[in-house]
Amino acid sequence: MLHRRHLLLGGLCACCLPLTRTRASSFILTEVAPGIHVRRGVDEDASPGNADAIANAGFIVGQESVLVFDPGGSLGDGAALRAMIREKTQLPIRTVVLNHVHPDHIFGAGAFLEDKPDFIGHARLPAALAARGDYYKQRLEEILGAGAAGPVVMPTLDVADAAEVDLGERVVRLKAHGPAHTDNDLSVFDAETGTLFPSDLLFVGRVPALDGSLNGWLAELEALKRIGAARAVPGHGPEQVNWPAGAADLERYLRTLVEETRQAVRDNIGIEAAVEQVAAGERGRWTLFDAYHGRNVTQAYKELEWE
Amino acid sequence: MRKLALSLALLGMFGTPALADEEAERQAHWAELREAVFGDRAAVAAADLIALEAPKRALDAALVPITVTTKPGSDVTGLTVVIDDNPGPVAAKVSYGPRGDASLLTLRVRVNQYTYMHAVAETSDGALHETAQFVKAAGGCSAPVGAGEAESLAQIGRMKLRLSGEVAAGQPVDAQVLIRHPNFNGMQMDQLTRLYTPMRYVQQVEITLNDERVLSMENDISLATDPAIGFRFVPRAEDLPGKLKVVVRDSDDAVFEQSFDVPASGS
Repeated sequence: MLHRRHLLLGGLCACCLPLTRTRASSFILTEVAPGIHVRRGVDEDASPGNADAIANAGFIVGQESVLVFDPGGSLGDGAALRAMIREKTQLPIRTVVLNHVHPDHIFGAGAFLEDKPDFIGHARLPAALAARGDYYKQRLEEILGAGAAGPVVMPTLDVADAAEVDLGERVVRLKAHGPAHTDNDLSVFDAETGTLFPSDLLFVGRVPALDGSLNGWLAELEALKRIGAARAVPGHGPEQVNWPAGAADLERYLRTLVEETRQAVRDNIGIEAAVEQVAAGERGRWTLFDAYHGRNVTQAYKELEWE
Repeated sequence: MRKLALSLALLGMFGTPALADEEAERQAHWAELREAVFGDRAAVAAADLIALEAPKRALDAALVPITVTTKPGSDVTGLTVVIDDNPGPVAAKVSYGPRGDASLLTLRVRVNQYTYMHAVAETSDGALHETAQFVKAAGGCSAPVGAGEAESLAQIGRMKLRLSGEVAAGQPVDAQVLIRHPNFNGMQMDQLTRLYTPMRYVQQVEITLNDERVLSMENDISLATDPAIGFRFVPRAEDLPGKLKVVVRDSDDAVFEQSFDVPASGS
């Protein structure tokens, strides 16, 4: 069944051809609430075998149109997601939300250009994409192969604070956050089903990545906990978790990072030593810990040493 | 100096080695860079005089901590740090004054891609001593341009000084100065105007103890946002208690200056 789907994808669109090596498991859709479908990302780093389908991606179907939240991690991943949407509905894809600047969340956008949707991003996303887009593309193509990342797609609509998108008797709310996971995090909330899409403001199982503000992240998380959602779709992790209970591990990690980094700054041990020591007790509680934790400590240190 | 930096930037951008014969090309690239910086003066590979410590794989492309140490008493008058494959490869060119001590230099740099880093010490006899370390670029969401430049710009010129250990006459004192500065490398975009923010980076740092030079440093665009410089100085008895002064000049010719008390003892 899954194999046949792959062949079908290959036949539908030439840009999907590199996908034949992609793991079938990463293309299973789960309907987490009525009309909300999530494709779970694998807890790995980008590789030719996973087409950078490492973050959760999905879509919301209204009465009149479809909203895509996180279009996927590469052109091929986005094309696969688009084909899956077309298996579920023929409604027009009018909105693609670019949750934040990181490559695993945005490079699938190129596969949706033909739909001419509104590409919606945080008001700070264009600046972040201008500074990093080409660099990310180059690095991703070193891994996936030339042309496999896809174009850097700029948002066509900015959200500076909050916005609503009507999908036809289904209004979803978008919220632009202060610096947290990155300085351009945009979350989506479907009030009808009480489903929150915090994107990478929520990591579950996979070690969080800090690229904005540690204190800011804790503050935004606190605000999101009070939004009245029953479930959340993490940027990385299972298709859904209970909300706000599902934020507990992330919060513990971030608080430990704050406390132990502050201590390291007070003790003046330097970034190199802090990377070895800070929040080492979290090792073993997260996948890919050693790949990202040291960078998180570096980011935390440079933020907190100015307090 | 401006012209030199520009030609070096071009070397850095276009001299990137292809995969084939990679090692040979990297060595050839370094030979070009060395000639651009030091002319035809030969350098001795001298691992016992100078050492460069950098992570084998950068954790964060926008902030890679590096440490250069030289053997105490080896009469080092200057240190140069080159990141071969960065645009603007000369990260720092430091020359030491009478109150300086070249046995320790720490910096935070940007690393754009897989590259050699070189540290070169010049001794008072005019000889050059070099050492190298290969650094792999960071992966994942890491990028050489970090977030948070807005805050750095808002607080531009703010400084902090950290001293560690005892301060005693005749003994090297470990110090680190932190400088708030966005160090725009010309790749960032202004979010309101949507225009690229022109290059604006820390170009010169001068550190003195009671008006006598500890070190002066010239930089290109490879220092991380909010430059942090770890160094040693040696106070005389008559210098304590004293004032350590840091003067920073950036590429817009803005000057930031701050003085810090150096106590007679303690940290």
